[in-house]
Amino acid sequence: MTATLQILFDALSLGSLYALGALGIALIFGVMRLVNFAHGDYIAFSVFLLLWPTTEAVSILFLGVLPAPLLILAVIAIGAVLSVVSELVVFRRLRDANPATMMIASFALGFVLKHILLMFYSSRPKSVSILPDLARQVEVFGARIPLLQVVTILATIVILIALTAFLKRTRFGLEMRAAAQDFTMARMLGVKANRVILIAFAISGALAGAIGLVLVVQSGTTDINMGLSVMLIAFIATVIGGLGSLYGAVIAGFLIGGASVLMQVVLPIEARPFRDAFVYALVIAVLIWRPQGLFAPRSARQRV
Amino acid sequence: MSLLSVENLVVRYGQLTALRGVSLSVEEGETLFVTGPNGAGKSTLLKAIAGVVAPAEGTIRLGGAEITGNTPETTARLGFSMVPEGRQVFAELTIEENLWLGAGMRGNRAEALRDLEHLYEVFPMLQERRHAPAGLLSGGQQQMLVIARALMTAPRLVAIDEPSLGLAPLIIDQVYQLLLRLRSERGLTLLIVEQSSTRALMTGGRMALLRSGRIVLEGACDALDGEALERAYFGYDAPQEAAPR
Repeated sequence: MTATLQILFDALSLGSLYALGALGIALIFGVMRLVNFAHGDYIAFSVFLLLWPTTEAVSILFLGVLPAPLLILAVIAIGAVLSVVSELVVFRRLRDANPATMMIASFALGFVLKHILLMFYSSRPKSVSILPDLARQVEVFGARIPLLQVVTILATIVILIALTAFLKRTRFGLEMRAAAQDFTMARMLGVKANRVILIAFAISGALAGAIGLVLVVQSGTTDINMGLSVMLIAFIATVIGGLGSLYGAVIAGFLIGGASVLMQVVLPIEARPFRDAFVYALVIAVLIWRPQGLFAPRSARQRV
Repeated sequence: MSLLSVENLVVRYGQLTALRGVSLSVEEGETLFVTGPNGAGKSTLLKAIAGVVAPAEGTIRLGGAEITGNTPETTARLGFSMVPEGRQVFAELTIEENLWLGAGMRGNRAEALRDLEHLYEVFPMLQERRHAPAGLLSGGQQQMLVIARALMTAPRLVAIDEPSLGLAPLIIDQVYQLLLRLRSERGLTLLIVEQSSTRALMTGGRMALLRSGRIVLEGACDALDGEALERAYFGYDAPQEAAPR
């Protein structure tokens, strides 16, 4: 029973990370048809600003010395600002370009961000202790669960509810949903393209900051490639969920998280190092079964 | 001064020239039909005015202010509401959300609510199903929704691209009946693109016939000579250089 509960919490917390990442990518894809491969670097960047620039393995805290609520806000704000700046400096100029051009620009932006970090912090991973209270274990129905997992899951639920309310109940949310379906039509009704896209980038970047925070608390280290694996899985989740569907991206994020944790448990010990290969095989199987993704939005389907 | 005036508009798609110097004007309160065969440049004309495609030459003025090359949202905010062809409803939004989207640029919420009520009175079917996704409506209902949505922007001029496209004749009659009712009740200024000129002749107003990117015939619908119209439409006596090659 307690083992099952532990697996469940593992799956939900890993799934939460993937879901938040997938949501960040799907939001931008929805309004711009851009898959932003710099997203993983936003994650690393927002975490590294917690530290003073140094090439040593021992880090000195910079923003990391802030009290917890301010620190959380700061990391999320850095993600949002970075994302908004990249829209203003890079993507806005390419808005009418071919989607492949935008995607390659996002790779380039990712390289630039990564090398800025490399320049100031070197490629050496650094140990860092942020929000150490979260490393504690708590007892949930008899199982001992890291507090961080509980907090991650709860925070994800809160974020998902807040975002749903934003999309369903506010003017900006309505405009964003309309823009994701047919941007030109939305603009002909007076929806301001720049505003909608900026809001999407801000939310997406804030989500990247939140992911970075969870990753750094969880692992206790920072690494300039720390966002890479989450970004990759999150991208896959948006594809499986059906590109353009926010719900699909979130659900697929949780599914991949669950599948990864489950494989870790059920695979024979010798096969466990290859867990990711099994997860990706599953992804391929899903895409053969449903090439459009699990929840392809109506607007993406061929109209008859 | 005309509400909308287009002067010498030229639009190119790469090598292809879609409009070769079109000039026309729409007066406050009138209805102008732009008709012409397939590929004449009718939709391009509306898209250029709406700011969706950028003109290569020419000027467009709305209420005296130049709007050439404006973004679609600025043009819409200045009072030009466009209903593109193909009934582009936001399929996953509810009917009411579709309508509210049009009201976004308006400061006066009470006025927008009054408009919404009036439109629900004209289109009771939209009110009955206002919480249903717009994608579930039939073609004719979607056409009515996009017209109602365009009116929610409180436009000075409504441009409609082929309201009859892909609809059954009976439904087309309904759409036009309601459109004419709205025109008289709200004093709308309309710019309607249709492939067939018969509908234009039945509805009254002025007509401009577009062919190969040029206006070849223009006049009040009831004064146009049927034979001249036919010749212009099919290009029997078109000058040599107008023949598309």
